[in-house]
Amino acid sequence: MSAVEARAVTRRFGDFVAVDRADLTVEAGEVVGVLGANGAGKTTLIRLILGLLPVSEGTVHLFGRPPSRETRRRTGYVPQGLGLYRDLTAAENLSFAAAAFGVAAQPPPAGAETGVVGSLPLGRQRQVAFAAALQHRPELLVLDEPTSGVAPLARARLWDRIRSQAATGTAVLVTTHYMDEARQADRLVLMARGRVVGQGGEADIVGDARAVVVRTDDWAQAFSALEGAGLSAALVGRDVRLPGAAPEAVHQALRDAGLPADVETEPATLEEAMVLAARQGGP
Amino acid sequence: MTWGVEGLGVSLGQSQALDDITLDLPAGRVTAVVGGDGAGKTTLLRVLAGLLLPTRGVTRLPERAQVGYLPARAGGFRDLTVAENLEFVASVCRLPDAKRQADALLERTGLAPFRRRLARDLSGGMRQKLGVIMAVLPEPALLVLDEPTTGIDPGSRADLWHLMALAAARGAAVAVSSAYLDEAERAAWVLVLHDGRPLLAGPPDRVKASLPGSVVEVDVPADPARAWRRGPRWREWRPGGDPAAVEPGLEDVVIAAALAAAAGGEP
Repeated sequence: MSAVEARAVTRRFGDFVAVDRADLTVEAGEVVGVLGANGAGKTTLIRLILGLLPVSEGTVHLFGRPPSRETRRRTGYVPQGLGLYRDLTAAENLSFAAAAFGVAAQPPPAGAETGVVGSLPLGRQRQVAFAAALQHRPELLVLDEPTSGVAPLARARLWDRIRSQAATGTAVLVTTHYMDEARQADRLVLMARGRVVGQGGEADIVGDARAVVVRTDDWAQAFSALEGAGLSAALVGRDVRLPGAAPEAVHQALRDAGLPADVETEPATLEEAMVLAARQGGP
Repeated sequence: MTWGVEGLGVSLGQSQALDDITLDLPAGRVTAVVGGDGAGKTTLLRVLAGLLLPTRGVTRLPERAQVGYLPARAGGFRDLTVAENLEFVASVCRLPDAKRQADALLERTGLAPFRRRLARDLSGGMRQKLGVIMAVLPEPALLVLDEPTTGIDPGSRADLWHLMALAAARGAAVAVSSAYLDEAERAAWVLVLHDGRPLLAGPPDRVKASLPGSVVEVDVPADPARAWRRGPRWREWRPGGDPAAVEPGLEDVVIAAALAAAAGGEP
């Protein structure tokens, strides 16, 4: 039995289709990362899975049954805004959350013992939010952008924590905008325009998306020439990258500008593939 | 012209916010300042923007009017529309030709259909794009952007980096802060801050190559204090080297350096 099983789930708001026949499963012990641009439907899909919104069509099952108070009791959720009471201390937040779930409260994390939550550094606030979501030992953990703005080492420590949960059988569903974080997942799901448009590992998501890479002594000239030719160029270090561009158009633009350059085609990065997926079929 | 700071120190009250920071900001280069919450990124950027006087050290910065600065989570005056925000910049900075330039940038970053929308009603990504367009419109010699992409989706992030590249191609020195290494890897130079001190600095490739020893990928770390997760497996730093080394990402190198700094006290 999967922790999460969403089948052909659709959610409409009036005429707007926020989620369009999306399938998503998360097994016990698995970490699934949901990627996609703003407006791709990630947050709506999560709200459907948590039972915070009813589906228009399709089915959502948590632990084999429709979302309910009983499934919510088995789920831990850390929203993007952390969902803590900023005017309460960490200990008060933890005891409030523990009371709501009918379990014993855990002590606050080190460094969060004094002061109201709003006065703690962001990294500590996140630790408190995690502690609050984990104290009832959820079998499903849902994390919306868990480490936005957190230092690399602190982020690594939070992921140690998430991974230890998964190792004990907790299913983890996480949304992220960051590729370093996406690589922490066992499986990725890419959404665009409400649909699931890619699934699997990093290579599966990138698929056959390619980027043209231009290397030259004067990147600024090449960048300006390519822009002038209406091509969408991105600067990476001193290379100019053009995800999804036709190599011939790039050669032509550089020839027209009289710029010698080394032009190669490489696989797109995960981030480039995401941007291409979001832009396919119109802005 | 190369702007920058040398031996910079900033004390805020009793606490030392920045210590011994040296950073060159040459024209035409995008420089990323990386670190977490409290590492000193905002303090450094405020010094670069001329808003905070350093306690120690030397600064070489353009006059205030030649600096474009976008504070974290800013992005236009909330009660003005996109068009009004841009008109405001054009009028304050006396930019007679700004309309055409602003239109081109709005078009290029997908904001053109939202000219009449109030800044408060824009999505986070759109507001950041508006903020950066406002900062680049006067063509500053130095562009200073504080975490313009935090919490922003990849599409808007690509647009924001595009605006930075356009400014650099025109000859501006660009300093941008971020908490993310995958993003900082796009810059030509990276300064990693840790507790107000420089942890690592240089072009991303050189920073990656500078890590002593090796990073390996294992199922069970030999020394958990030197290990961090990468998906279901662990990455572990072996300071003495290891033949099974994997190629570390910038994030791996920064984590290893932060672990070394924590273990060895002050470097």
